[in-house]
Amino acid sequence: MTDTATDPALSSSLPAKVETPFQRFRAEFFESRIATGALAVFLIIVLLAVLAPWITPQNPYDLAQVSVMDGRLPPGSESFDGYTMWLGSDGSGRDLYSAILYGLRISLTVGLASGVIALLIGMAIGLIAAYAGGRIEAIIMRIVDLQLSFPASLVALMMVAALGKGVDKIIFALVIAQWAYYARTVRATAMVERGKEYVEAAQCLGISRFRIVFRHILPNCMAPLIVVGTVQTASAISLEATLSFLGVGLPQTEPSIGVLIANGFEYMLSGRYWISVFPGLALLLTVVSINLVGDHLRDVLNPRLKK
Amino acid sequence: MTVFIIRRLLQALLVVFMMSVIVFFGVNIIGDPVYMLVSPDADQADIEAAISRLGLDRPILEQYWLFLKGAAQGDLGNSFIFGEPALKLILHHMPATMELAFSALILAIVIGIPLGLFAGLYPDSGISKGIMAASILGFSLPTFWVGLMLIMLFAVELRWVPATGRGDLGTLLGIHSSLFTLDGLSHIFLPALNLALLKISLAIRLTRAGVREAMGLDYVKYARAKGLSTRRIILVHVMKNIMIPVVTVMGLEFGSLIGFSVVTETIFAWPGMGKLLIDAILQLDRPVVVAYLMIIVLFFVLINLIVDILYSILDPRVRLQDQGA
Repeated sequence: MTDTATDPALSSSLPAKVETPFQRFRAEFFESRIATGALAVFLIIVLLAVLAPWITPQNPYDLAQVSVMDGRLPPGSESFDGYTMWLGSDGSGRDLYSAILYGLRISLTVGLASGVIALLIGMAIGLIAAYAGGRIEAIIMRIVDLQLSFPASLVALMMVAALGKGVDKIIFALVIAQWAYYARTVRATAMVERGKEYVEAAQCLGISRFRIVFRHILPNCMAPLIVVGTVQTASAISLEATLSFLGVGLPQTEPSIGVLIANGFEYMLSGRYWISVFPGLALLLTVVSINLVGDHLRDVLNPRLKK
Repeated sequence: MTVFIIRRLLQALLVVFMMSVIVFFGVNIIGDPVYMLVSPDADQADIEAAISRLGLDRPILEQYWLFLKGAAQGDLGNSFIFGEPALKLILHHMPATMELAFSALILAIVIGIPLGLFAGLYPDSGISKGIMAASILGFSLPTFWVGLMLIMLFAVELRWVPATGRGDLGTLLGIHSSLFTLDGLSHIFLPALNLALLKISLAIRLTRAGVREAMGLDYVKYARAKGLSTRRIILVHVMKNIMIPVVTVMGLEFGSLIGFSVVTETIFAWPGMGKLLIDAILQLDRPVVVAYLMIIVLFFVLINLIVDILYSILDPRVRLQDQGA
């Protein structure tokens, strides 16, 4: 695999070696050091979040394990229970390292869940538009255009204003704010695919339209969907953090990264920077690493940029 | 054209109406504002008096009907908290938001275009790569986090400018604004910069793309052949051509600046409409929430309409009728 990674041009010029599309994609993806690094960072973040209960010194939401005596300790201080708080503690004495890993669990869950649901809904609606054509397509695309003329953040804010706080409501608000991006992407790609020869061939064979759309066209729409999906998931995570920071997202009982940053904000002006800054850095690493991966995926999956 | 505008305005009304339904019935599900308004030791009679004073004892459909009737006459209801008309409250907070969005727009143009010009002229220079990397960061960093960092750096550590509030207001030509006093300017600097970051990145990218495209065109080659100085070619000929699309797009971003100002205003305690909205959501002040969202939706629909009309004027190939209704 290493030689294909260093020189794909050479490997593709050798007819003896048969490469599956996935292998070629993988080789091209790992060609970029930045994207590989970003993917590694993101996977580490996910791993840390998943393993949080086993690798943190305390469960920050088990009141028995949190001591108010530990409140607002600077990074590196020793806690009441004797372990070192490498990232300091927050206003109520929670170890920030533990709080961040637990917060990441919530932030990632919300971001990924809303990303996947919005993808499925947007994909279905976009395909229906491309499949049905005519009036239905016109109506669907008009709604999509209309929604895309408002910033996603405003749509999400509107939804939380109407729905209130809570994990389910935030996911719902994010899905509402983002489905249109997927619908537009799928429909645009499907329109291009619809005119290709393989579709014509399938039509000649008498395959039903439904089957053509879902079995033949949809798999060919996956590339742009994956790209939009990564970028939109990053933006969902960032949007959830923003809403939670504003106090209209997740409640204190579901402390995502955004809630942690909001809690630290009041201490910032008195110079206790760590309570907001470290959760902020975690958010930043997550969002930027997903964006870098998405950016590179766009280059790799774009047939127009193929060498 | 006229038919197009009328259709779009009707569509706008429909959107605002649907939005009002969602928000009006939505806010009625979450929380009961009465308990935020009466004192904790109020007895049942007091609470019921408050409920009937706010009109909350009526069936929801009747409440909505009364709201629609009022809205048609320009009355969006009274704020539960302040007791004033919601519309008046929002209009009262609007100048602060406009001033912030306007300053951010100016900052974006003043900072973004020169940087984009440089990156477009010397695409291989290290500085250009730095500028482009910074613009990618500008796109992907959450606004509120950058705002926190700005406060920490400039207000807490360096103590150059204050972190919160609007400062002294000055008056020029009958307009009250922070922009006319030194104290006000020092207050607006951080929030405006924070709000501008995304647009600075956008201006950099637009200008860079425009410059790179223009530098290879015939009129630039001709100007070179004519013996004009590089300076004159860039500042007069190239800039003139790329400024039109860049400034148009930036101007069109004004709406999203007002939308995004919700975040910036909350961080910097800037007394604008956005902060009013967040406070209203937190205090369950329904009429203000509904009124703000209706105004902002109307605002966006109008901006989009103006955009479409402008495009059709700038680019005759765009036919308005095609996008219809």
